[in-house]
Amino acid sequence: MNRKKLQKLTDTLTKNCKHFNKFEVQCLINLFYNMVGDVTERQGMVTGLDRNAFRNILHMTFGMTDDMIMDRVFRGFDKDNDGCVNVSEWISGLSVFLRGTLEEKMKYCFEVFDLNGDGFISKEEMFHMLKNSLLKQPSEEDPDEGIKDLVEITLKKMDHDHDGKLSFSDYEQAVREETLLLEAFGPCLPDPKSEMEFEAQVFKDPNEFNDI
Amino acid sequence: MLKNFSGKGEQTVLESISYTSDYEFSNGCRAPPWRQIHGEICYVLVKPHDVETLCITCSAEGVFLNGGKTDNEGEINYERKGEIYKDLVTFLKEKSAKFSENMSKQEKRFSDKKEKKEPTNEPPEKEEAAPVQKAITGSGKRTLEKNQINFGKSQMTKRLEPSLRWKATVRFKEYRSLLRDPQEEKHRRRPERSGPPVKPGRAQLVRKSTEKIEEIVSESSSESEEDEEPLDRQEANADLPSEYWQIQKLVKYLKGGNQTATVIALCSMKDFNLAQETCQLAIRDVGGLEVLINLLDTDEVKCKIGSLKILKEISHNPQIRRNIVDLGGLPVMVNTLDSPHKSLKCLAAETIANVAKFRRARQAVRRYGGITKLVALLHCGKSSAELAQSSLYDARDVEVARCGALALWSCSKSYTNKEAIRKAGGIPLLARLLKTSHENMLIPVVGTLQECASEENYRAAIKAERIIENLVKNLNSENEQLQEHCAMAIYQCAEDKETRDLVRLHGGLKRLASLLDNTDNKERLAAVTGAIWKCSISKENVTKFREYKAIETLVGLLTDQPEEVLVNVVGALGECCQDYENRVLVRKCGGIPPLVNLLVGVNQALLVNVTKAVGACAVEPESMMIIDRLDGVRLLWSLLKNPHPEVKASAAWALCPCIQNTKDAGEMVRSFVGGLELVVNLLKSDNKEVLASVCAAITNIAKDQENLAVITDRGVVPLLSKLANTNNDKLRRHLAEAISHCCMWGRNRVAFGEYKAVAPLVHYLKSDDPNVHRATAQALYQLSEDADNCVTIHENGAVKRRKMENLFENCHLCQRKVETHLRCVARSARDGSGSAAGVMPHGLHRWKCSVCTVTRRGSKDASSQ
Repeated sequence: MNRKKLQKLTDTLTKNCKHFNKFEVQCLINLFYNMVGDVTERQGMVTGLDRNAFRNILHMTFGMTDDMIMDRVFRGFDKDNDGCVNVSEWISGLSVFLRGTLEEKMKYCFEVFDLNGDGFISKEEMFHMLKNSLLKQPSEEDPDEGIKDLVEITLKKMDHDHDGKLSFSDYEQAVREETLLLEAFGPCLPDPKSEMEFEAQVFKDPNEFNDI
Repeated sequence: MLKNFSGKGEQTVLESISYTSDYEFSNGCRAPPWRQIHGEICYVLVKPHDVETLCITCSAEGVFLNGGKTDNEGEINYERKGEIYKDLVTFLKEKSAKFSENMSKQEKRFSDKKEKKEPTNEPPEKEEAAPVQKAITGSGKRTLEKNQINFGKSQMTKRLEPSLRWKATVRFKEYRSLLRDPQEEKHRRRPERSGPPVKPGRAQLVRKSTEKIEEIVSESSSESEEDEEPLDRQEANADLPSEYWQIQKLVKYLKGGNQTATVIALCSMKDFNLAQETCQLAIRDVGGLEVLINLLDTDEVKCKIGSLKILKEISHNPQIRRNIVDLGGLPVMVNTLDSPHKSLKCLAAETIANVAKFRRARQAVRRYGGITKLVALLHCGKSSAELAQSSLYDARDVEVARCGALALWSCSKSYTNKEAIRKAGGIPLLARLLKTSHENMLIPVVGTLQECASEENYRAAIKAERIIENLVKNLNSENEQLQEHCAMAIYQCAEDKETRDLVRLHGGLKRLASLLDNTDNKERLAAVTGAIWKCSISKENVTKFREYKAIETLVGLLTDQPEEVLVNVVGALGECCQDYENRVLVRKCGGIPPLVNLLVGVNQALLVNVTKAVGACAVEPESMMIIDRLDGVRLLWSLLKNPHPEVKASAAWALCPCIQNTKDAGEMVRSFVGGLELVVNLLKSDNKEVLASVCAAITNIAKDQENLAVITDRGVVPLLSKLANTNNDKLRRHLAEAISHCCMWGRNRVAFGEYKAVAPLVHYLKSDDPNVHRATAQALYQLSEDADNCVTIHENGAVKRRKMENLFENCHLCQRKVETHLRCVARSARDGSGSAAGVMPHGLHRWKCSVCTVTRRGSKDASSQ
C-alpha cells in the first residue's frame, strides 16, 4: 500500500472517529496491516481479519475466554456482516471497545448480548450466556436450576416493564442505576488492565510517526 | 457431649469423641451454613475402643457415617456413606460392640441408682437438673435413650423458641449463654471428679457411677439436642424472613459463580434493604461476609466494587463491623486503597470509615499501614483543588479525597492514629483541602482536625498552617454540621492565646455571636458556646462579644439548655464577668438568679464553671447582694463538700469575693453551721489548688476576729504550718496571706513559731513571684512581733542576706520589710545573738521590694496597727 493512500485512509478514518487522534489511528492502522499480513490489494477481495484471527486477538490481547461472547464481539465489529473485520470496522470497533462513552458501550454490549439481533435479550439468550457461569455442584439434582434462578434474578433486577425480556431501554435504565451491570451477561469489553497494556503497547514510540 | 465418658478406662464407652470444628454458629449448629441448609448440624469424630475413628454427620434426619475427614485439608467429605440412625447412641451401638456393651452397663447402673440420684443432686445443680428429673419421673421405667430424648426435647423446645425470632438474635444469644452457664459450670467441675479411680469401695462406686450417669444425662441431652434441633429448626425456618433465604441463595451464587454470576448476585444483593438489620445479619449468618471479603482479594475490579458497595452499607451495623475485623477484612481494604481505580479507592475508604468506629479496628488500620495510604488519598484532592480553579477538575478526585478524609476522621479518634496522621504529613494536606468549597469535603476534613486538635502538636501545626482562618471562613457556611465542627475545632484550639487573637482578626467572633441565635441544634449550640467560652479568655475578645451583644444572649441561654451547652455558656460568662461592664450587664440582664440556681447541679464541669462565674459576679457588691439574697453563699459553701477537688477549689475561690463584699460577712459565715470546721478540715487535702483556694478563703474568714477565734480553736495554725514546706508559688502566696491574717489572734504568732512555720516562710523570699514576696513580707512582719520568731527570721535571713539584697534591688523601698528587719535586728541584738547586727542597718538602705506599690494599702494597715 502506498504512502499516499495510507495518508488518505488515516485522514478519513480520523475524521469519522471521535475517540482516537490522528496518531493513534495511524498506529492502529499499522497494527491492523501487520496482523492481516502484507496482502496486496486485489480487486474484489476483502482485506481484513477473519473470525478466527479476530478471536485470537480477543483471546490473546484482551484475555477473553468465552467463545460465544467472542463470536458476538466479532459480529459487533463486523458491521457489514461480510465475515471479516476490515480496517475501518477495526478502528471504529476499537474506538468503542477502548474509549467508548457509557452510551456507546451500552449500545455495543446490548448488541453483543442480543444473540439473535431481535432487539431484545430473551430469557433463553440469558440462559445461554450464563450457562457456564456457575460451578456445577454434583449434589444438585438439576444442574441448570442455579442458572435458571440467576436468569430470574437478573430479570427481576433489569426487566423494568415486566415483559419477561430485556429491551434496550430496560437494559439502559438498569445500567444507569448500576454501572456494574454493563457487562451483565459476560465480559465483552476489555478489562482495564489489558486495556492499558494494549494502549501502552500500540501507542508507544510517538516520534516514529510524528512526521507522517 | 459424650466426651466425658470416653477415655482409656474399662468403664468408658468410647476412647474419644470430638467435634470437627470448634466454631459454633449462633444458631447452635457447627456445620457450615451451606451444609446447614441440608439440615446438617455438626460433625463428630468418634473413636470407639474396637473400631476405627468414625466421622459422623448429625443431621435433621438422624446420624450417619460420612465420607470422613481428609487430613491434609481438614475438609469433610459430606457424602453419606451409611445408613441413617435415629440418634448417636443407636448409631454407635450398631458400629461398636464395645460401646453397646458398656452402654448397657451404664444403663443398668442408671436405672439402679435412679432413685438415689435425685436426692444426691447438689443444690446449685437443681436448676439445670430440673428438666432431667421431670423427664425421669415422667418416663418411669423407660430406657435411657428415651429419657435422653425426652430430656432433649423438653430442653430443646425451651431453648429453640427464641431462635424463631431472628430479629432478636442478640437477645437469643444472651438467653443461650444463660442456659449454657450451668453446663459450663459442670464442665469445670468435672476434673475434680475424674481423679484416678482408687480401688472402689461399694459406696464409692455407687456415688461415682451416679455422678457419671448424671453427666451422661446432662451431656447426652445436648447430644440429643443436636438430633432434635433440625426438627425445631425447620419449624423455625418458616418464621425466618424471606430475605434470609434469598440472601442465602445469592451467597451461594457468589461462592460458585464466575465473575459474571458474581456481579449479578452482588447487584441483586445490593437491592436488598441493607440498612435493615435482618439483612445485615442474614448476610453474615449465611457466611456472606467471608465471601465478600475474599472477593476483595481477587483481581476482578467489578467484583471488588460490588462487594465493597455492600460492605459499605452493612458496616453501619456495629456487630458486622466487628465481624469484618475478625475475618481480616481490614488488611484487604487497606490494600485496595492502592488500586488505580478511583471508585474502588473511594469505596474502600468509605468502608474503612464505617468499620473504624471502634478501637481495635482503628488499631488494625494503622498496623496495616492504612493511615499513610489514607493520607495519600488526600493528595488526589489536592491536585484537583488546584485544577478546580482552572475549571478542569475531576469530580472523582474530590470524591477520593473526601472519602480519605472520612476514613481519617473515623481513625483520628485514637491518640496513636492522630500521631500517625501527623507523621504521614496529613496536616498540610488537610489544610489545603480546607480551602476548597465542597461542603461534603469540608465536613470530614474539619471533623478530623477537630478530633486531632485535642493534641498539643496539632494545635501548633494548625496555627502554623494558618488553618484558623479557614475554620472561621467555614463558620460562615450555611451547613449546620460544618458550622458545628468548625466551632468545635476552634473550641479545641482556642486554649492558645494566639489562636484566640486569630479568630478575632479573621472576624470569627461576630459569626460565633450570631450563631447563638439559633438554639434548635443543640450539638451545634454546644460547639458554638464552647468556642465562645475559650475565645473569651482573651480580654479583647470579651470586648468584641459585648459589642455583638453576645453577653445578653448567653444569659438568655442559662435556662432550658442541655448540660453540654450550659457548661460552655457558664464558662463563657465566667470569663466575661472578669470585666466590670460585663458584670453589670449580667446583673442587669437578670443573669445572677439562673447562675445561682445552677449551683445545685451535679455535673462536675458545670459546677466548676458556675462557681467561677458566681465568684466573678460576687466581686460587684450590688451583685453580691443578689447572690446573698438567693442564698448563693450557702450553696457555694455546701459545694466545699463536693467530692471533686476541682469543684471544691473553685467553690472556695468563689467564696473569697463573697466574704469580702458582704456587709456582715462575719455574721454570715458564722451562720453556716459547721462551715468553719469544714473549711479548716479542707486544709488536709492533698490537692494544691484546693489548698491554695482554702488558704485564700481562710484569709478572708480571718478578717473577722470572732471567726478567727473559731478557726484557731479548730486547729488552723498547725494545719497551715504543716503546709509551709511547699514549692508551689500559688499556694505559697495564699498560705503566707492566710498566716499573716491568722497571726492576729491570741498567741497564734507564737504558735506558728512553735509549729516551725517561720523558717520555710523566710525561704519563700527566694521565689520569683512578686506576689509571693509581698504576702511573705506581710506574714513575716506579723510573725516578727514575737521574739523567738525574730531570731528564726534573722538566722535564716542573715544567711541569705546577700541574696535577699539582690532580690530586692531596683525596687522601691519596702516599709514592711524594713520594719520587720529593724525589729529582728533590735531583738536579736538584745538577745545577744545578733552576729550580723552591724551589717543589717547598713544593708537596709538597699532593701527594696518589687511589690511595694502593690502593698501600699497593706503598708497603711501595717502602720496603723
